[in-house]
Amino acid sequence: MTHLANVVQWFADPAHWRGSDGIPNRLVEHIQISAEAVAIGALIALPIGIALGHYGRFGNLAINISNVGRALPSFGLLVIAFQVFGLGNLPVLVALVALAIPPMVTNSYVGLREVDPDVKEAARGMGYRELAQLVRVELPLAVPLVMAGIRTSAVQVVATATLAALIAGGGFGRYVIDGFAQQDYTKLFAGAVLVAALAMATELSLSGVEWLLVPRGIRLLQARAANRAATFKTA
Amino acid sequence: MPAGAFLAYVDPWVNWTWLRGHIPLFVDALQQHLTLTAIAVAGGLALSIPLGIAAHRWRALRNPLLGFFGVVYTIPSLALFALLVPYTGLGVVTAEIGLIGYTVLILMRNLLVGLESVPPDVLDAADGMGYRPLARLLYVELPLALPAMFAGIRIATVTTIGLVTITALIGLGGLGQLINRGLIENFHTPLVVATGLSIALALVADLTLVGIQRVAVPWSRDTAG
Repeated sequence: MTHLANVVQWFADPAHWRGSDGIPNRLVEHIQISAEAVAIGALIALPIGIALGHYGRFGNLAINISNVGRALPSFGLLVIAFQVFGLGNLPVLVALVALAIPPMVTNSYVGLREVDPDVKEAARGMGYRELAQLVRVELPLAVPLVMAGIRTSAVQVVATATLAALIAGGGFGRYVIDGFAQQDYTKLFAGAVLVAALAMATELSLSGVEWLLVPRGIRLLQARAANRAATFKTA
Repeated sequence: MPAGAFLAYVDPWVNWTWLRGHIPLFVDALQQHLTLTAIAVAGGLALSIPLGIAAHRWRALRNPLLGFFGVVYTIPSLALFALLVPYTGLGVVTAEIGLIGYTVLILMRNLLVGLESVPPDVLDAADGMGYRPLARLLYVELPLALPAMFAGIRIATVTTIGLVTITALIGLGGLGQLINRGLIENFHTPLVVATGLSIALALVADLTLVGIQRVAVPWSRDTAG
């Protein structure tokens, strides 16, 4: 119990709430690099996944991307990026973007792929051109899985950003890595609580966004989408 | 002289001479990697099969169980290990609690998907033929759920092989140890080779499981993860 009391005390210490190693600054660092990685990853991955799913070709490619994405050891990837790009945010960003891409490609591919062919035909019959059909018919129906992909990526990226502290990056991982290095179990535990809470908050807030974006008419399908979404965990 | 050429001279990405002299290092790491992965997947199966069957039988258990392991799954592995270290110390116990916790969600979810996809007609037919609930489960429902289960085993195995590298931070790591060594010593060869081996191991394990599935569960259609 004294251990948990120490952790509570650590959080209560005002010294841990200010300065460059304070919780607010580490939180900003963690969120900033994660958000950048997810945004860049989405710009690359979503068009690929959506195009593959819309045209229904190269399904093997989408599946291989997901397999390789799961197989990538985030730790090795980060350290290699560090050796290539040196100190700073760039190696972290590159590794995080690479890890952000597979879940978004796979899930958006599946989302578009699963749009009922009858619905597409009906859209055609109503005179929708291809682009309008994609944007106004297929994408809204695929939103649950596309968003599930973004959420999975974001949680992964937030988790992996923790490891960035190993290559001198910032974020909440700093407390965990420094805690290990200094054998300071209080700092270690406090850092782990912060990391876990941030991952959970990411999951919950993106679930909220997902709920808002899903067209009302297909919300009933949403619980099923959450279960169909391909899981990824690399960190 | 360009910096790149200088770096390449000092430390190439793979120093083959060094590698040739240190093969046992990689064999040991691979062995530990496989052992940690096998325990995690086997332990995950041992937990997820009874839990999955219970969640299927008693619907009230379904959401609490999926919710609990969903929360565990969301916790980044490094944080989960760090939360456990003060209680279970550095080592195998801590690593496996985390790794098994992650595989349970994948395996249980796939078992449930498999059990739920058994057509009601089949269940009716089994009931009509006089199967008792336990026999129906063992001889009808579980065999039909096996393909989905196998897809889960494949995902759990590949995922775990990637995650094992992170256990290097609590003194294990398999190939992760060599990645860590590459980081600490600023030495490219163990880092690059161990990362490559980890990816290769995951892909080979996946293909092996596909092969086993073809032989053991010939009634599965292609269920790609």
